[in-house]
Amino acid sequence: MSLTKEERLALEAKVNEHRHTIIRTTMWAGSGHVGGALSMIDAATLLYYHYMNVDPKRPDWEDRDRFVLSKGHAGIGHVAILADLGFIPYESLKTFNLTGSSLGIHLDSNKVPGVDFSTGSLGHGLSLALGAALAAQQLNKAYRTFCMLGDGECQEGSIWEAAMAISKFNPPGLVTMVDWNKAQIDGLTEDVMPLEPFADKWRAFGFHTVEVDGHDFSAMAEAIDAALERTDIPTCIILDTVKGQGVNVCAGDYRWHYGAFDEEMAKQAYIDLDAYYEQRVALVK
Amino acid sequence: MAISYTSISQTKLSTGEVYGETLCELAKDNPRIVALTADLGKSTKMGNFAEQYPDRFYQFGIAEQNMYGTAAGMAKSGLIPFTSSFSIFASCRALDQVHTDICYQKANVKLIASHAGTSFGQAGTTHHSTEDIAIMRSLANLVVIVPADGMETANVVRAAVEYDGPVYIRINRGFDQVVYGTYDYGYQIGKAVEIYEGTDATIIACGSCVFQALQAARELEADGMRVRVLNMHTIKPIDREAILKAVHDTRRIITVEDHTVIGGLGGAVAEVIAESGMSCAFKRLGLQDTFSPIGFHEDLMSIHGIDTNGIVTAVSDLLKMDFDDDEDWEDEV
Repeated sequence: MSLTKEERLALEAKVNEHRHTIIRTTMWAGSGHVGGALSMIDAATLLYYHYMNVDPKRPDWEDRDRFVLSKGHAGIGHVAILADLGFIPYESLKTFNLTGSSLGIHLDSNKVPGVDFSTGSLGHGLSLALGAALAAQQLNKAYRTFCMLGDGECQEGSIWEAAMAISKFNPPGLVTMVDWNKAQIDGLTEDVMPLEPFADKWRAFGFHTVEVDGHDFSAMAEAIDAALERTDIPTCIILDTVKGQGVNVCAGDYRWHYGAFDEEMAKQAYIDLDAYYEQRVALVK
Repeated sequence: MAISYTSISQTKLSTGEVYGETLCELAKDNPRIVALTADLGKSTKMGNFAEQYPDRFYQFGIAEQNMYGTAAGMAKSGLIPFTSSFSIFASCRALDQVHTDICYQKANVKLIASHAGTSFGQAGTTHHSTEDIAIMRSLANLVVIVPADGMETANVVRAAVEYDGPVYIRINRGFDQVVYGTYDYGYQIGKAVEIYEGTDATIIACGSCVFQALQAARELEADGMRVRVLNMHTIKPIDREAILKAVHDTRRIITVEDHTVIGGLGGAVAEVIAESGMSCAFKRLGLQDTFSPIGFHEDLMSIHGIDTNGIVTAVSDLLKMDFDDDEDWEDEV
């Protein structure tokens, strides 16, 4: 079912808050993985606020939907959502990256309520997600598993091992998504190690593969709905995104994979984000 | 829980087959047990499990990284996955997944690592696994066990199911020499078993070397030497008490393992002794910082000096050391 205008407006408002939180947390922490957090935050927000059945009071609830942030360095975006939903106190974001904090760049599932899997070593998340989905099938549970990959990490062979296995086992409720922001630490993905033809690779591995605008809630919702309905083969949703989306200094610049914000830069970023939000809202009809 | 594997005969079944049969028994009462392999189901004797529980058996093909990662995902979602592969692949090929997905997250995955040491000797260094104990022992949250024979493997598998957390179980290819005629000797994770009494020296062994140590102790006794043999099946957490008692009682310690002498059983025992403040004569038998040549397991054990003859020679040499002539010697610091 496509999103209503009200739902879209609510999601735009929510993700604008999260974008602000990402910048604020980066400032508190001194630095952070701004680029990749800002590119995947729309999809993650859509999942948590429209699809996922989770309960902040019972983070270990066996029937909860799972989210695997395979691109674990975007944890600074994930915590914005977890703090807003009440899994962790918003105040705890001030400790992000600090000695003794439960919150580090790559989130620890044994320390942070709401984080289903510890990720960060790239190329692992899709296997973890497959395991969660197979367990649901084995234990007759109806929970869904959403896996968010980075495009750069698809250079890891283990991703394709997992893709092969997902195609073989095709457990219900597993949705693979790739934050296709086209950049990684050392440069543009196509320069560092080309992935193209990227969608064809997923198709060749047996996935129904769709490319959608990863900043457009309606387009993403349509793809996710279709993925959850489709049972004959697994689905991979390639999210066409811009690294650093919403903050002018970062947007589309691979060098903002990781960076620092001082108060002055943060002030400008908030202005950028509000302007970006106005643009997004104007698109909602 | 009644386990009927007294019926399992290790004279008829290889160690891998004993593991497979035991897992089938345990799976009857525990629907959370699932079995995973990476195209080594036949080699690791998962066949019966696959036949009895086809919907609980997962074949991953030749892709170990994905298998261990998926196992972690399953374990974090309530299953008890038993993964079967060769120990070289569990410890080297898929180490990142074992480290990060399984150990770091304390995922309740049981790693059956077969064809350990030089037990698949003919296959060459690509399939020898002579560093895995050292590697696995360094991973936090991981219990590391090297059963002495088939019967002990059955005990270890049962204990691993009861234990909530990751367990690495290192077994050999094919048949092991029989150390135990029964499973009923009070097996406990982390508790070494004294299988031969003695006070002249102590041989601390694990895996296939336990039987060799036992044979060596019998031969040495014929020559008038009473040598204690400890089956140190659990490398981590290691039984400090048994080691220190052996140092106190016998003052001469020899470790034997089908593994490099660096960082394995010998390393673990050395650490305990060095930190205890007690002194003793000490010798580590195993691969001396080398890759093994190709050959049959028993030949390779002989080449590396970890068979009965090698152990007898090493113990005899150690017994010749006369501490009383050494003015600097102090029994305990």
